[in-house]
Amino acid sequence: MFTWRNFFFLVLLHSVFTGYVAAKVIPVRPGNNVQALIDRAKAGDTLLISKGYYKQHSLVVKKKLTLIGRDYPVFDGLGKYEVLFIYADSVVVKGLQVQNIGKSSMNDLAGIKVSDHRDVVITGNRIINGTYGIYLQNSKFCVVKGNYIQSNATDELSSGNGIHAWKSTDLLILDNIISGHRDGIYFEFVSNSTIRNNRSFRNVRYGLHFMFSNNDRYEYNKFSENGAGVAVMYSKVVTMVGNIFIHNWGDASYGLLLKDISDSRISNNRFLKNTVGIYMEGTSRIEVNQNTFEENGWALRVQANSSGSNFHRNNFVGNSFDVATNGTLMLNYFSNNYWDKYDGYDLDKDGTGDVPYYPVSAYSVITEQVPVAMILYRSFLSGLIEMVEKILPTLIPDQMKDDRPLIKRINLHDRNTPVN
Amino acid sequence: MRTIVKYIFLDLLRNKVVLVYAVILALLSFSLLNLDNNTAKGLLGLLNITLLFVPLISILFATIYFFNSIEFIELLLAQPVKRDKVLLAEYTGLATSLSIAYLLGIGLPVLLMAPGMPALILLITGLLLTLIFSALALLVFVLFKDKTKAIGASLVVALFFTLLFDGFLLTFIYSFNDYPIDKAVLGFIAFNPVDLARVLMLLQLDVAVLMGYSGALFKKFLGSAFGSFYSVCCLLIWVGIPLILSVRLFRRKDL
Repeated sequence: MFTWRNFFFLVLLHSVFTGYVAAKVIPVRPGNNVQALIDRAKAGDTLLISKGYYKQHSLVVKKKLTLIGRDYPVFDGLGKYEVLFIYADSVVVKGLQVQNIGKSSMNDLAGIKVSDHRDVVITGNRIINGTYGIYLQNSKFCVVKGNYIQSNATDELSSGNGIHAWKSTDLLILDNIISGHRDGIYFEFVSNSTIRNNRSFRNVRYGLHFMFSNNDRYEYNKFSENGAGVAVMYSKVVTMVGNIFIHNWGDASYGLLLKDISDSRISNNRFLKNTVGIYMEGTSRIEVNQNTFEENGWALRVQANSSGSNFHRNNFVGNSFDVATNGTLMLNYFSNNYWDKYDGYDLDKDGTGDVPYYPVSAYSVITEQVPVAMILYRSFLSGLIEMVEKILPTLIPDQMKDDRPLIKRINLHDRNTPVN
Repeated sequence: MRTIVKYIFLDLLRNKVVLVYAVILALLSFSLLNLDNNTAKGLLGLLNITLLFVPLISILFATIYFFNSIEFIELLLAQPVKRDKVLLAEYTGLATSLSIAYLLGIGLPVLLMAPGMPALILLITGLLLTLIFSALALLVFVLFKDKTKAIGASLVVALFFTLLFDGFLLTFIYSFNDYPIDKAVLGFIAFNPVDLARVLMLLQLDVAVLMGYSGALFKKFLGSAFGSFYSVCCLLIWVGIPLILSVRLFRRKDL
């Protein structure tokens, strides 16, 4: 069975053998015709590219080569072209700086593009001012690790994605830093892949975007200040663990947007200062547990067409509204969460409150029905409505409640992780 | 006129109520701003206080003060002084002292502990509310002869703007929800200085996004520089109209 440890071992073994036993090391200096050197090299050779400026683009690698840059040699697309196109198995690209990639409405021009092959490793590169940074199409078992991908996109139409993967399987996206693209990381028809420990920030649209991608896992990433946060759509069995969603704050921003997702797990994440922590639409069977929702506008917006989800042992602290929903039907279950707005009592001292907590506030129901009523937000009247509603509930959906709200905040390990 | 203002101002300085008002505001601001490291939350708390208490206290205290100084006014009017000047001097003296109390009570702590644009807007709105509700008190004073009735009226006025108006507005929004009423609602809140002040302040804070989310037009219009200008202008009109009305009525009033 495939495991990443075996895979790395194989990669290591492979590079040892190809590097020292059979293959040559070909030095490349500025001024050389890199494409010619690539064409002349034999499968298994290493191109050692020294520091400098290479005004060369549209390079095509069609055999198994290792390209290693020393002190980030610069390859320039001059704002018109693609830079590196990999069309072979087991190619390694390391330590290059790729910049000024072209923009096109017809083709997706990318800094480094891999097509129809497997076991490609792209590691420790810098991709600056690109449309698409790293582009994987119809590829398998590729590793994208430790790249710095930065651009300065201003609108969705003319920009591309930092790491773009399409119709691929078994990818490993690790330790990358991505900013200023349309989507930081984009997955479409990608399965069995892992996205770990990346930082994706200040992207125009989403920090991470999943479409039709099943059985994937993303963990310990940090998504901040993206136009619309993170979106996971039309996918199944996605595991989201230990991520930080911070300061996705704007009129149409979400920490995490879920649309038509099923059988997934969201745990140990931290949602801090987002307009909406998690937005759920048409989701089914999602386990949401051990997350912290702090200082969001709405911690959760759960549309009434979502069903079968469990919200268990989460912390809700300092949110303007805890939960909003657009109907009275509620097929999701809340239990054992900590709500800072809970003012019930615990007479039997079992750590859970004796009266249920209704997380949907009256005013959030009103503004959900009549958005214009938001003009009265934080007026004396809206405070009064909340108070009356607490004593005589008429507006809030009565099925939406946490029967066993916790009295004390859950000590999740994420509390100590620094957020900066 | 300046001499009259000076005497009224000195009289109010001797009056303990204004001092107590300032001290209470200061205590509230310090405690609210110290409560949390989050200054935005502290400012929101202070906004609530400003919106609820400043109108009420301004209008009540001003009404009572005007009625208490009725003998003084009568005495002044026996002198060769214009009625307009006497009345405006009364207003100026009172409004100045209440404004100074507000500035000391809320302004000083806020500028020390949470300086910035939101703090400045809070001060401006608080000051304008003080001016508006003192002016309304003046109108009440001119309209009524009986002190008890006047106090009742000023309570109703304060209650109307802090609570009843919003109730009517909410009813309106609910009833006409199916129609494009955003612009109408924007127009309506110009009729309530408390709402204007609240929206003006909220749009300076992070929670503005919540308004943008469900009422995009409000944020688009009121959040712009022109929107702020519009709100401040409306508030200034709210100072002007009661003043002009009361001066006109006072000219013909039988004392």
